[in-house]
Amino acid sequence: MVDRITVEVARYRPEKEAEPSFQAYEVPCRKDWVILDGLNHIKDHLDGTLSYRWSCRMGVCGSCGMTVNGEPKLTCATFLADYAPGPLRVEPLRNFPIIRDVIVDIDDFMQKLSAVKPWLIRDAEKPLAEGEYRQTPAQLDEYKQFSMCINCMLCYSACPVYGLDPEFIGPAAIALAQRYNLDSRDQGARQRDEVLSKHEGIWSCTFVGECTKVCPKHVDPAGAIQRYKLSSAMGSVKDFLMPWRGK
Amino acid sequence: MSTERNRYTEFRPRWYRPKMSTWWWLKRWSSLAFILRELSSIFIAWFIYFFLRLVHALGRGDAAYREFLAWAASPGIVVLNGITFAFVLFHAVTWFNLAPQAMVVHLGGKRLPGALIAGANYAAWVVATALVLWIVSR
Ligand code: SF4
Ligand code: FES
Repeated sequence: MVDRITVEVARYRPEKEAEPSFQAYEVPCRKDWVILDGLNHIKDHLDGTLSYRWSCRMGVCGSCGMTVNGEPKLTCATFLADYAPGPLRVEPLRNFPIIRDVIVDIDDFMQKLSAVKPWLIRDAEKPLAEGEYRQTPAQLDEYKQFSMCINCMLCYSACPVYGLDPEFIGPAAIALAQRYNLDSRDQGARQRDEVLSKHEGIWSCTFVGECTKVCPKHVDPAGAIQRYKLSSAMGSVKDFLMPWRGK
Repeated sequence: MSTERNRYTEFRPRWYRPKMSTWWWLKRWSSLAFILRELSSIFIAWFIYFFLRLVHALGRGDAAYREFLAWAASPGIVVLNGITFAFVLFHAVTWFNLAPQAMVVHLGGKRLPGALIAGANYAAWVVATALVLWIVSR
């Protein structure tokens, strides 16, 4: 006989409720089930009206982030049995507006993401005949960690600065900017700096460090931000001491 | 940003936007530790002020220095300095532990491991402390 566990899921139906409430469901607590399996069980067998996002169920797409017992988690990478005997609480990611049940509005993050131009920027492309842009393993290592981000937004959910000031550009966007800034093939650092060195950019960050703790991909966004602060500060000092330095 | 751009539409009938509690930093130990670290800067400022007064008194001669010592020995100041010492320690330790995240040091083409960067900070601390102890006890 399989153990069972109670999952309390936040429900919010804007067409008939003014604020969210919890609804409890009992699901099988199987050793190999992640929380997402429990939610799918509810959707398929108990209550088809429950709304939530997911896609890959293997920690790659970044769409299944929710707040589980107060902590931001990828629900496809978090085992139900770790919360036995329960009950466990599943809520929407914090710091985002809730649309329905555990679905949040991610437009704000999407806008911020494109604001930092997360793609390779070149002043001029070299002619095709000159061949590919080569990179050594050491050059790859410089940014590889930051390229692991899956845009799951757990870091935004964990960040009190973003919670208090939604203008803050936020951990993942800065980490992704650094992913390109530190790429030897990229020349767009000056363009990204316009967004990053604003007050709502890196200087809003007070180094709480929660983003790094919750990141399921070990991106270390807090580290990316502090490194950027350091190089930005060094850059201003150099500009001050050597005003003739090329812009 | 979000509130303005994502206007009310038929397809997004009504957002629910929970407010962050004023007491968010009491809910988890890591947030409390963060607030304490921020708070420690006040005590660091006091420590610097105290130290500057000491140097100032020293510069003005024997009488001024004795006066300073008497002031420093008053119970209020002693208690304050005790608390300050604890906060300065907390500040230093948490700062050193965070250093590897902000600093990437390359040596001979290799990236140094974080433990080494934190370790170097601690080592410098020990050396500086030893130096001060040596000067004081000479
Ligand atoms: S930095 Fe980590 S927590 Fe933040 S969005 Fe990327 S993968 Fe998710
Ligand atoms: S469902 Fe894709 S990351 Fe969880």
